[in-house]
Amino acid sequence: MNDPLLKLSGLTKAYPGVVANNDVSFDIRAGEVHALLGENGAGKSTLVKTIYGLVKPDSGTMTLEGAPFIPAEPRAARAAGIAMVFQHFSLFEALDVAENVALGMENPPPMRDLAARIKEVSETYGLPLDPSRIVGDLSAGERQRVEIIRCLLQDPKVLIMDEPTSVLTPQEVEILFETLRKLQSEGTAILYISHKLEEIRALCDEATVLRLGEVVGTCDPRETSAREMAELMVGGTLHVPEREIGKSGETLMQIRDLSVASPAEFGTSLKGINLDIRAGDVIGIGGVAGNGQDELLAALSGEIRTQAGNIFFQDQDIGHHAPDARRSLGICAAPEERMGHAAAPDMSLTENAALTARKRKNLTKNGFIDWGSARSFAEEIIERFDVRTPGTANAARSLSGGNLQKFVIGREILQDPQVLIVNQPTWGVDASAAAAIRQALLDLAAKGAAVIVISQDLDELMEISDYFAALNEGRLSPLRPAQGLTVEEVGLMLGGAHDMEVAHVDA
Amino acid sequence: MFGSIDPILLLASLMVAATPILLAAIGELVVERAGVLNLGVEGMMISGSVLGFVAAISTGNPWIGFLAAAVGGAGMALVFGILTQFLLSNQVATGLALTLFGLGLASLIGQGYLGVRAPAFPDWHIPLLGDIPVIGPIVFQHDPMVYVGLTIVAGVWWFLQKSRAGLVLRAVGENHEAAHALGYHVVRTRLLAIMFGGACAGLGGAYLSIVRVPTYADGLTAGAGWIALAIVVFASWKPLRLLLGAYLFGGVTVLQLNLQAAGLPLLSVLPWILVATGVIMALYKIALHRSISKSSAKAIGVTFGIAALVYFYGWMGWSFNDALWLSASPYIATIVVLVIMSAGGAPGSLGKTFHASR
Repeated sequence: MNDPLLKLSGLTKAYPGVVANNDVSFDIRAGEVHALLGENGAGKSTLVKTIYGLVKPDSGTMTLEGAPFIPAEPRAARAAGIAMVFQHFSLFEALDVAENVALGMENPPPMRDLAARIKEVSETYGLPLDPSRIVGDLSAGERQRVEIIRCLLQDPKVLIMDEPTSVLTPQEVEILFETLRKLQSEGTAILYISHKLEEIRALCDEATVLRLGEVVGTCDPRETSAREMAELMVGGTLHVPEREIGKSGETLMQIRDLSVASPAEFGTSLKGINLDIRAGDVIGIGGVAGNGQDELLAALSGEIRTQAGNIFFQDQDIGHHAPDARRSLGICAAPEERMGHAAAPDMSLTENAALTARKRKNLTKNGFIDWGSARSFAEEIIERFDVRTPGTANAARSLSGGNLQKFVIGREILQDPQVLIVNQPTWGVDASAAAAIRQALLDLAAKGAAVIVISQDLDELMEISDYFAALNEGRLSPLRPAQGLTVEEVGLMLGGAHDMEVAHVDA
Repeated sequence: MFGSIDPILLLASLMVAATPILLAAIGELVVERAGVLNLGVEGMMISGSVLGFVAAISTGNPWIGFLAAAVGGAGMALVFGILTQFLLSNQVATGLALTLFGLGLASLIGQGYLGVRAPAFPDWHIPLLGDIPVIGPIVFQHDPMVYVGLTIVAGVWWFLQKSRAGLVLRAVGENHEAAHALGYHVVRTRLLAIMFGGACAGLGGAYLSIVRVPTYADGLTAGAGWIALAIVVFASWKPLRLLLGAYLFGGVTVLQLNLQAAGLPLLSVLPWILVATGVIMALYKIALHRSISKSSAKAIGVTFGIAALVYFYGWMGWSFNDALWLSASPYIATIVVLVIMSAGGAPGSLGKTFHASR
């Protein structure tokens, strides 16, 4: 067990203008869960793509079980026993589960046998899955099961997982971890990439930290604190958001008995929500994904219009106002999905900045967009929020998730809103960028705005909220002061009607 | 009631009339399932028709003509493929350009061949099957290309549904980024599909000039390529529905030509055709599900309603342009039927440009 299963030595890969991997070397042993840590853009993806045969290294070698390993394409890597669960882009929505699995295998058996094997393996590992269902109808967690089963059917020696938990509910994460531990006990090596350091501490045996394409250290995550790991990634001390507990100001927004049907086919309707939003408060709203988070944001931002008498802003009934009208009043919002909802992927950053800031930043002149001001506003966002991009003319699509998130949040904050509503503000964002976003939200509240943070990350909510409420099946619990709230109490609030485990969310 | 129209002859010529569109459409279906929108079908068809015609005339062998048409169509498609897949040009614009290019090229090559008659391409009289009364002359006494077309449709169906390569092709069309991430060759798959589509369009064109007409004239295809494109969409990218759509179009085309020739007033025939359609729909539903669902009952009711309206219109003796409506009828009938049946399902990456770095 002590000989390395996969040995990487001196891997280097340069793209025009950037060295993605520089002399990266480390070993993975059989039966080990090895974490790969690093900020966005540290070169983790390039490295795993190299192992999977999607990227050819400029120099350096790999050995698998002592033999040289140079996969020319993913087929060769799969044949050698490497399997990979992608962060996104690898399922075909219109095809069924069995077809999706077959596409990820080198020599799939005939469809009928494959369906039987999918059932068998999915039951062995506690990942129930019907092979004949169309993937487009599955939830995020079920889709990931498809990916994992696709890998498991090939009896991989090395399983690579690129941010597997970013779309999962806590229960699904627990199921995933059990599966991974089972695989580990069978001798499979797992290379695990995640931003969630507590998960890595719970799961992994060893961690390699990348920064700007180089290995900057290794550690034993079971004995290293999350903070130490984050500092290793950032290469400095991590700035933890600070806040002063201020007094709540006047009531800005009132929500009275708000019930709306979800516009999405499988969405959750909001049921009888009451909430008072006061200036200077940060209200944290927790809950497991799919309990009405998207609908709540949409109802507050104006994407869903409500009946009269449900939503008031400074005693004015605004239920019938569209998002643009609400923005003019000072209610800004940043939805969860960055690509396609918060930002238009194929439009430039300048255009994206103008799209929501047109009214509040006066970016129009006589009905025409004032591109000069729009550009300088985009530049201001990029500078103030440390968005890493060559310039404002770049398409939103070209930014990494964390950078685009900083841009989207920065765009709303710099419009000086009186009420800001954000959903999952740090989803898929690395530790230092997350800290910067949280600090910006706190600074906004300190200036007298009300901030509503909807998030599934309880640690985040506990860190920044003044008040906490839980969203459960479309119902919102009463607000409680966040200070002094214990994890057990939060768990009970989240649990609501359905009994759900929360043991694993403790910090 | 149909006077001089012989129903057996009518049904027999249906298969012949449908074959060119069927061939072009099945090729385009494969191309679109791979995620590429090639609007150059018309251009590839007419190039195929002239190349096939020239080759058949110079060698005296229609089979060599068809081979040349397939190769020519594939060659035209390859130009489109190189432009869109390697040089990343816009698929819509490139496809339209290919149509214009094809029309011009065909006109140029065809100059010396106007009015020449194609070599004979005799019908097959399939032994035994061809001797069955009624069904024999309708189904089993055609030229070989009719059966080649049917074989291609069946082959495409099997390829897409049952074969590994077909699964990869569908995956590429559905989500090219995911297919690339799994290590499949998006561009190579698409190029092969595009060339197959071109070859099929070429065959369809050559069928017009060698068998159907059988001579070459400028603008011979007369929009058949566009009909093929529309049938692919309305058939929801499914081969068997596409077969139905093409035969329906062919059938109504033949029927309306016969009606025009017979000089039968359309107004007196149309209500009865509609009533017959409604009854067939109802019987079909009952045979299949033992009951009629609400939506199909509605559709059948609407059919009867339109029949009554048309009958009323005729009974009132209002004016009616028979030739106009008859000529339009294949298009109307095909669109109506396939729209009622269509269930969406466009390939996810259809018409999008793929580049590995994105």
